Amino acid sequence: MAIELTQSELGVRVRLTRGSFHLDVDFSVPPGINILFGPSGAGKSTLLDCIAGLATPQEGRVSIENEAFFDSASRLDVSAQKRHLGYLFQSPALFPHVTAKQNIEFGISHFPIPDRNAAVAEILKLFRLENLAARRPAELSGGEAQRVALARSLVTDPRALLLDEPLSALDAGLKNSIIADLRAWNAEHEIPIVYVTHDRAEVDALGERVITMDHGQIIQQGIPREVLDAPRHQRLAQIAGYENVLEGTVKEIRLDNGVMRVALQGTTTSIEVPLSYAKMGDSVRVAIRAGDILLALERPIGLSARNILHGTIESLEQRSATIICRVNSGATFEVHVTLGAGRDLNLQAGREVWLVLKTYSCHVVA
Amino acid sequence: MTELLLSFRLAFLVTAILLVLATPLAYWLAFSKFPAKFLIEAVVALPLVLPPTVLGFYLLVAMGPRGPLGKLWLALFGRTLAFTFTGLVIASVLYSLPFCVQPLVASFERLDPKLLAASRVLGANPWRTFRQIILPLSLPGVITAVVLTFAHTLGEFGVVLMVGGNLSGTTRTVSISIYDHVQSIEYAAANQLALTLLAISFVLLALVYGLNRRVGVRWLSN
Repeated sequence: MAIELTQSELGVRVRLTRGSFHLDVDFSVPPGINILFGPSGAGKSTLLDCIAGLATPQEGRVSIENEAFFDSASRLDVSAQKRHLGYLFQSPALFPHVTAKQNIEFGISHFPIPDRNAAVAEILKLFRLENLAARRPAELSGGEAQRVALARSLVTDPRALLLDEPLSALDAGLKNSIIADLRAWNAEHEIPIVYVTHDRAEVDALGERVITMDHGQIIQQGIPREVLDAPRHQRLAQIAGYENVLEGTVKEIRLDNGVMRVALQGTTTSIEVPLSYAKMGDSVRVAIRAGDILLALERPIGLSARNILHGTIESLEQRSATIICRVNSGATFEVHVTLGAGRDLNLQAGREVWLVLKTYSCHVVA
Repeated sequence: MTELLLSFRLAFLVTAILLVLATPLAYWLAFSKFPAKFLIEAVVALPLVLPPTVLGFYLLVAMGPRGPLGKLWLALFGRTLAFTFTGLVIASVLYSLPFCVQPLVASFERLDPKLLAASRVLGANPWRTFRQIILPLSLPGVITAVVLTFAHTLGEFGVVLMVGGNLSGTTRTVSISIYDHVQSIEYAAANQLALTLLAISFVLLALVYGLNRRVGVRWLSN
């Protein structure tokens, strides 16, 4: 079935096999920032290469506004140089033998000189690069170089922008200022942007839409909070910062309350979790963030939290300002507490504690 | 001094011809994904390991009036190739081929592939990418190739003797002449030529290393 794309949507259907790696995806993204999220080796960069024309899929179709760049059915494969896309890599990849300004001019060398100068002046101003225009790449800092690289891509007025973890080497402040500039530019130029990252913090900072990928396939897509805060896939839960992924069996479903009970493997207890796509007796995994679990020295009463488990502290480990506490309650839970809390509770290995879990902190994953 | 002039004429011509031939070959060797590429690489490197007399012998046979190259040349220009300056140029081009190709391949392969990808994505065709990105960034390799080719051609002996013989003003190069002088126990004359060659070679190499350092410092400091 042919999918009709709305204006300037980027449609990507790609199948590619390289050795034992298989890439097989089919999605489309509207104008705006779309995040492609997944662990290293998920195939994100290869996918961007296929969109840009730097890699050739065995089968598929890549198009913008229904105009195809690649279509295996009609043997169409427009070369990278004619696709008119912007592509930013992890490294700025600036041409080292020419100045920042000459780098920016590279993609618009065919413009008449007055137009070229105007376009360069405008982008230099927008990205606050006027003072750096005459410098060579070796004289730029990492953030400045990546800003020049972004300007070099955007000055060509690309039909779509591909970003492959372009900010991963920069500190948070620089990252945010570049993201703000990109957003400002995107508000004026409504093109699809595909932003690859494996950094959860970047997803939160950028998040409009997220597509999660692993092992060459799309796992989920949607808005970041939905996809990443309620992951339905175990590997995704691990990469999205869920330290606890526990095996269990559904033993009770209460549609009226929107919850179900899951018996945890290795324990005599069960926990209450939000209702999800599962039926009685199904094996499920429950993902819980270590920071979402409360520790108590005595069995708490009068709490809204529905899950209170008894356990023993197995080990304690301090990592910067966090104490990582492993508690055996039949299953082993990782719990993060602050240094102060650890001191006040006098946490020690062998000590008996109670674990408190809110129902909505427990996420059922596939 | 005719020997010196002859040697320089030969070295200049061979270097110029090789730059034109070796650059596309090196580009292909550096960037092609052709599976049997290693065979071509081996053929290009052969003159490095073959004794010059072996290469010279086969070239002499090929250039002789009954050899394939000789016959072709005779049909085209009415002359044979063996024991002529043209024959010497052809032989030297083959003999010095790896000295020109290998530094070029090495410097092409050292380039960051992301730079070439960036150039393509920014709309540059392969020719523009070559002129504006690959060539300027490979300048140290180009200089090395030029100098190695020039110096190697200037100093060759075995192939020249086999293919060119020892004809004054046509094929008697400096190295042959030095050998001649030594054979005739004219050590002073041999020394004069040898010293001149030594001085020129040193100046050339010093120039290259100096130039390479300048170029390198300017771009590749990151």
